[in-house]
Amino acid sequence: MEVLKIATAGSVDDGKSTLIGRLLYDTKSLTDDKLEAIERSSKQKGYDYLDFSLATDGLVAEREQGITIDVAHIYFSTNTRSYIIADTPGHVEYTRNMVTGASTSQAAIILIDARHGVIEQTYRHFFINNLLRIKDVIVAINKMDLVNFSEDRYNEIKDDFQKLVEKSDYEDQNITFIPVSALKGDNVVEKSDVMSWYQGETLISHLENLDTDDIYNNGKMRFPVQYVIRPKTEEFHDFRGYAGKVYGGDIQVGDEVVVLPSETKTKVKEIYFNDQKYESASRRSSISVTLENDVNVSRGDMIVKATELPKIDKRFTATISWMDAKQLVSGSKYVLQHGVNKVLAKVTAILNKIETDFSGVETNVSNLEMNDIASVSFQLNKPIFFDSFKEHRTNGAFILIDPQSNNTVGVGFIE
Amino acid sequence: MTEKLHINALENEAIYIFREVAAQFERPVLLFSGGKDSITLVRLAQKAFYPAKIPFPLMHIDTGHNFPETIEFRDKLVEELGVELIVRHVQDSIDQGKVKEETGRYSSRNMLQTTTLLDAIEELKFDACIGGARRDEEKARAKERIFSVRDDFGQWDEKNQRPELFDMLNGNIDLGQNVRVFPISNWTELDVWTYIENEDLEIPSIYFAHKRDIFVRDGLIWSASEHVYKDEEEEVEERMVRFRTVGDMSCTAAVDSYATTISEVVAEIRDSSISERGARIDDKRSEAAMEKRKQQGYF
Repeated sequence: MEVLKIATAGSVDDGKSTLIGRLLYDTKSLTDDKLEAIERSSKQKGYDYLDFSLATDGLVAEREQGITIDVAHIYFSTNTRSYIIADTPGHVEYTRNMVTGASTSQAAIILIDARHGVIEQTYRHFFINNLLRIKDVIVAINKMDLVNFSEDRYNEIKDDFQKLVEKSDYEDQNITFIPVSALKGDNVVEKSDVMSWYQGETLISHLENLDTDDIYNNGKMRFPVQYVIRPKTEEFHDFRGYAGKVYGGDIQVGDEVVVLPSETKTKVKEIYFNDQKYESASRRSSISVTLENDVNVSRGDMIVKATELPKIDKRFTATISWMDAKQLVSGSKYVLQHGVNKVLAKVTAILNKIETDFSGVETNVSNLEMNDIASVSFQLNKPIFFDSFKEHRTNGAFILIDPQSNNTVGVGFIE
Repeated sequence: MTEKLHINALENEAIYIFREVAAQFERPVLLFSGGKDSITLVRLAQKAFYPAKIPFPLMHIDTGHNFPETIEFRDKLVEELGVELIVRHVQDSIDQGKVKEETGRYSSRNMLQTTTLLDAIEELKFDACIGGARRDEEKARAKERIFSVRDDFGQWDEKNQRPELFDMLNGNIDLGQNVRVFPISNWTELDVWTYIENEDLEIPSIYFAHKRDIFVRDGLIWSASEHVYKDEEEEVEERMVRFRTVGDMSCTAAVDSYATTISEVVAEIRDSSISERGARIDDKRSEAAMEKRKQQGYF
């Protein structure tokens, strides 16, 4: 059972919190005391139904305003899987939160209010899921109870959404439409008995059956060195273990590897996980390796297979999602963190700003505001070892850090 | 076997976080309470740096109202690990007049810990404090970052948190700031127990069912002790109970239990219908209790 992380975006008006609450409730994931708190609050507000949004909107400010303003993490599990929902607000001013929530997710739920159909916000959600290369997108057409569970209405919305899909450049994406009523519980966990025209899966059975394996596994192994373990004890006097996480593919004892940036060739001697030695390690394991030759390796270096070299360059273009109140200006300098490797970066040009409604690009842009998405070219003080984001979801991404405030101010996807 | 895959993923993530802390900070410290979450942290830290020792000290903020079993356990573990243990006492903060002991029915030293902790961070110049908080514990904690920046006053600005993207952790801070690090953010209570079972970790005896003098107040089971305020009319009785968390005695309620082994505890939690923090008296003070404490610099 692996953990499936799902990104959701939307406002309370879409019934997003109700949907999550319904998932928790129908999978029996709400404990008595939590349920009791929800009942108490709902009653206090004079509702004649259970207000599940109270289970998810954590901060006081949100409870006061009735909106979600950050990324909240919600946990539940079934017999098949453990789930983490990264729940984010859907408004344009929270684009950065949506990008953040989607960055760690393998699947996304886009919620559509059946009364309103595809709206500007739907465009943006879909755009971000494309940008982040989210493989599985579930379009939950909610509040079907308010459109008389109409199949025609469902098909109409589905057709509208398909027009969006045609504008996307992500061909392998899986898109699934499900008509639901989160409030009444139709097709969330329990199959609807009033929408017999819908033959597909319920939301939960779709999630249970998702195959997440191919998402990060593209075959090219990347091993960024996080930390050098040197015990200097009698028993391990000359031990030098290079600790890190394996990305993209497997690593094996005996593999011919290249250490970047020195481009030294060597072989993998041992693979450790804790005090055990292994013959191989798969992607996402946090291991340490020792090498056959005595090479100089430090944090930020990368070990790759000799036949699978990444790009090594000081210049590249990336799509940026800008997250700071202080504008990004052409010519400014940032700390660029690519995995665990930090270098200095200069913005050489803002090529164009990308509209999140698929309407095209705006050229002649001199600066970027918070929540803008744009194509930007960079120059670094030293080369990094990267792949394009489309080829490698981890080795193609980086964050930008403002050297004055130390804040994370943007994220980039290398083109 | 399926269970294992899921725990492995969480373990790999936590080890990655520990290594980021060791690499990005000058003076990290692991906040150790002797509870199951911090015991889990210690095990993960051992794995992250094997065959080297854990490259930072442990620190215990001692309220003075501990369960004695926890302290015995702590000292034994530290000796086995061969790491430095730093202890700072809430009693000292009280004696120095920095905090005032609470009085009355719900008095607790839990809140007072914050001052002692912040003073210790300042005194020992820690730039990263590793804690065992989990996002599933409480809804304000659900918003917590893995690297969570605190200002010079130890405060959490929850509306202005750094975005955390993919698994890239930004540990850049200004002088005087520090980062709270939560390697088991994505674990649930059941995950922690399953891990303790898989790894065969020793835990303090109060986590298992035992006979104890208790009294019942507001539907919760309180330990009868000199450290816990009790009304005259509240009657003490002996019951089989265990604790789900080992916080300060004055704010940790027990649950009825006959679980005497880890696998029995795991089975009990699987069936349990009260969330873990439901047995924490400090959260019941108000709906926003945890958020308020966190803003002030609580763990």
